[in-house]
Amino acid sequence: MRIPSGCAISAIMDRSGARHSGADILKSITLMHDRSNGLGGGFAAYGIYPDYANLYAFHLFFEDQEAKHATEEYLGHHYIVEVSERIPTTKSHKVNDGPITWRYFARPRPGVLEMEELSEDEFTMRCVTHINMSIEGAFVSSSGKNMGAFKGVGYPEDIGEFYHIADYQAWLWTAHGRFPTNTPGWWGGAHPFTLLDWSVVHNGEISSYDANRRWVEQFGYECTLMTDTEVITYLFDHLVRHEGLSQEMAAHVMTAPMWDEIDRMPPERRELEYALRAVYSSALVNGPFSIIVGSSKGMLALNDRLKLRSLMAADKDDIVYLASEESAIRVICPDCKNIRPIGGGEPFFVGLYPDVDVLGGAR
Amino acid sequence: MISSVLPNFKVVRDKDRCIQCGVCERQCSNNVHHKDDVLGVITAEDSRCVCCQRCVVMCPTNALHIERYPQVNRANANWTHDLVQGVYREAETGGVLLTSMGNPEPYPVYWDHLLLNASQVTNPSIDPLREPMETRVILGRKPAHIEVNEREGKLITKLPPQLVLDFPIMFGAMSYGAISLNAQKTLAMAARELGTMFNTGEGGLHRDLEEYADNAIVQVASGRFGVDAHYLNTARMIEIKIGQGAKPGIGGHLPGEKVTEDVSRTRMIPEGTDAISPAPHHDIYSIEDLRQLITSLKEATRYTKPISVKIAAVHNIAAIASGVARAGADVIVVDGFRGGTGAAPLRIRDNVGIPIELALASVDQRLRDESIRSEVSVIAAGSIRSSADVVRAIALGADAVYIGTAALLAMGCHLCKSCSAGTCNWGIATTRTDLSKRLNPEIQTEHVVNLIHAWGHEIEEMIGGMGINSIDSLRGNRLMLRGVGLNEKELSILGVKHAGE
Amino acid sequence: MRRVYSIEELCLDCKLCEIWCRTAHSNVAGATWRAEGPITGRMDPFDIIKAGKLEQPEPQSRIRVEGDTVASMAVNCRHCPEPKCVEGCISGAMRQDPETHVITCDPTRCVGCRTCVALCPFGTIVVRDVALKCDLCGDGAGAPGMPACVAACPNRALVYVESEV
Repeated sequence: MRIPSGCAISAIMDRSGARHSGADILKSITLMHDRSNGLGGGFAAYGIYPDYANLYAFHLFFEDQEAKHATEEYLGHHYIVEVSERIPTTKSHKVNDGPITWRYFARPRPGVLEMEELSEDEFTMRCVTHINMSIEGAFVSSSGKNMGAFKGVGYPEDIGEFYHIADYQAWLWTAHGRFPTNTPGWWGGAHPFTLLDWSVVHNGEISSYDANRRWVEQFGYECTLMTDTEVITYLFDHLVRHEGLSQEMAAHVMTAPMWDEIDRMPPERRELEYALRAVYSSALVNGPFSIIVGSSKGMLALNDRLKLRSLMAADKDDIVYLASEESAIRVICPDCKNIRPIGGGEPFFVGLYPDVDVLGGAR
Repeated sequence: MISSVLPNFKVVRDKDRCIQCGVCERQCSNNVHHKDDVLGVITAEDSRCVCCQRCVVMCPTNALHIERYPQVNRANANWTHDLVQGVYREAETGGVLLTSMGNPEPYPVYWDHLLLNASQVTNPSIDPLREPMETRVILGRKPAHIEVNEREGKLITKLPPQLVLDFPIMFGAMSYGAISLNAQKTLAMAARELGTMFNTGEGGLHRDLEEYADNAIVQVASGRFGVDAHYLNTARMIEIKIGQGAKPGIGGHLPGEKVTEDVSRTRMIPEGTDAISPAPHHDIYSIEDLRQLITSLKEATRYTKPISVKIAAVHNIAAIASGVARAGADVIVVDGFRGGTGAAPLRIRDNVGIPIELALASVDQRLRDESIRSEVSVIAAGSIRSSADVVRAIALGADAVYIGTAALLAMGCHLCKSCSAGTCNWGIATTRTDLSKRLNPEIQTEHVVNLIHAWGHEIEEMIGGMGINSIDSLRGNRLMLRGVGLNEKELSILGVKHAGE
Repeated sequence: MRRVYSIEELCLDCKLCEIWCRTAHSNVAGATWRAEGPITGRMDPFDIIKAGKLEQPEPQSRIRVEGDTVASMAVNCRHCPEPKCVEGCISGAMRQDPETHVITCDPTRCVGCRTCVALCPFGTIVVRDVALKCDLCGDGAGAPGMPACVAACPNRALVYVESEV
């Protein structure tokens, strides 16, 4: 069943790669309390595991020990697991019925990887899909390197407390507060949605869902969650990782210019835009949305081409802020500059400074 | 000799209204009406009436209407009136029963069991009067992957030839000979004005229509009528006709009396000879032969034109369509069993083939399962009756649709199913000049253009209601459909949920 | 001035132009057409029935379709720049409006001598006591109206267009 939802999103990124605690992002998303309804909240953080920067960091939800055993057996076959530990959490009266949360730092088992003739990322993507689809009671909430997603059912501020996110240090934080119009009651369904080092927070309800889903499923993806965020993540991943487009170009394809605009372009540009729309017509995302895509390269903000959802940007020194509401930026940075809305269909990419090495974050 | 074949219709004339002006008599090519000077009234020979309603529409005093012939049989749910009459007719003539237009039998119309979605609260609907709304579609083979020079904003991979349509609606194949030159010219003029395509059918491209070549799809069918290098190179797209929804598995037959001098020149056959299209292409006995023909046509046109392959919706359509895609077709046309025809054996038309809705759904899914759906375009044909059907077809997975009957109706057709007689009173399905001049291309082009504009507005309203502003986001978007009154199997083939789910 | 022209390739020989013309020039329904025709462009079927069934003598059409269903065209007054009918009229009934160039016959002056019939190169005048001819559905005194024949034609075989005087 598809779950339409309204949402709050927020992000903070330090372009110098300097890491900051989760306190600010928590404050920002907390301000937009009314945009969530207690049925989902979460955070994605980049640069939090510098000691294991070259290992895949798997965040797992287990409903019971059986699922944990099955997953560990599967992981053990495919990966050399270097660290296996509980993700520190503190239950409160607000968040108290969650699954077991565990994390593993691992690298693909060389023999298995060679046999599969896949890149490490492709291999990992398939393993994650396998765990999510086939192991009852297990769900991978994130699987990138030197990053992690912390999410669950509850208001985002309570989820943040639950995971102690103020204790983590990251150069990029994204946050999500969810307002689903029915009850998921399931932690895996909370956002950010992640795949490898992609994390996506999204506000909106896309009307092109099934067109996008049925297109991207041709290329080895399985949309099991039936959420917009999931399909948008797969579109992004496919366009960037398989089709070789830059993040901006992928975002541009998903919010392609109108035909009458294309018709007025100079011939060379027109030929390009025409081909992009012809070939990737089913990757066009329609309906209201604002999204923030986090990755080890930076963050990208995107609004639908009609600009049907709010999304504001601002900056101060090396730090760039994004949020559904301007107030959620001002609350953490009263003297921020350049407060402006993200334009409809105008991808806004924020990269790390060229000379920044975020410890294995770059691939 | 007496005959048990009864008239189908009864002409009813209101004597109080009839002024005996004789318009009906002069306008009826079937010689139904006759001004009888002895009786002092206009009489009607009911047995000749085909219910084309020309007289009804032309009568200046509205004195005429047509009724079903009132003769009853003993009630019999098994031996229906039409079946009994069919037996009499065959017994008296020994001939195959011929008919025209699409299958009218009461099989399920799946379109009517599919309801459309609209936005409420969580997602705004889009008002096409205030926001841009895109109905443009691009047909043709798409590379699996393109290379782009992002820095310079340049395309590196060049696209194969494509067809750009302003509306996802084209006019299906109707040949000169089956329809009049005026009728075909009307479609050509309308296609040009609308930014879409008309299709010559298998009857060649009349020299008067070459000026509409940019909007012409030319057919290469089993009879190869009118095919030469000039014909192929004139068109925007070439369509190989393998089958037709109205008569899958059989060929075509244009009787010699319709092969006038003009038709003969256009079809490149002798005047007055029957134009017989064989059932199969005799150079295509298998899928690899189709590949050869596709390649030959591409070679003949130096790879400047997309090639489409039109197949009738039959039982194994998904596998056939997949084979056609892999044989190099750039566009696949699937023609459902309700598709129209200028002439077909009645029993074939009414009993062979499968519904376009199911065929389209399974073809689209099959191509996706094989990860090749994005590389080819799919056109649905065979009874697209309204803008809502267009929306449904695209949501099921079509890139565009062909319409035939709807366009003919716009031009005056009254669906009397007598095209094969060649005496079309509306000037459409005839090569008689006295009749074809009744179709003034200027007037009827306006009607056809109006129709498509109206459909375009309706499509925009419908997809806008769904929160969609581009037809691209409707294609294959089956969540925008819900079934009503369908069983599990039907829902699973259509790939849609039941209403309420 | 605007004249009525017939396009042979489009003429169907249906003769609806004659029927509408006759009705537009009938005593029972003519006034209705002059009043409402220019607005609605439609002829009330009951007016056609009245003109066709009630009026005696039968109202006269001022346009005539020549030919048959294979080849035909409608003929009516050309409103010639140098009209023979006006030149030859012995009673001064036939006149051409100097402004509109519409040629009409004043029935109060016409003596029915048929000189105009003999002089008309197109055979578009008939005499029923007085000469009857196309007045472009106007007021009969030179002001043109909306020709019923043009409105009647189902195939745009009759057009009412500007042409040189």
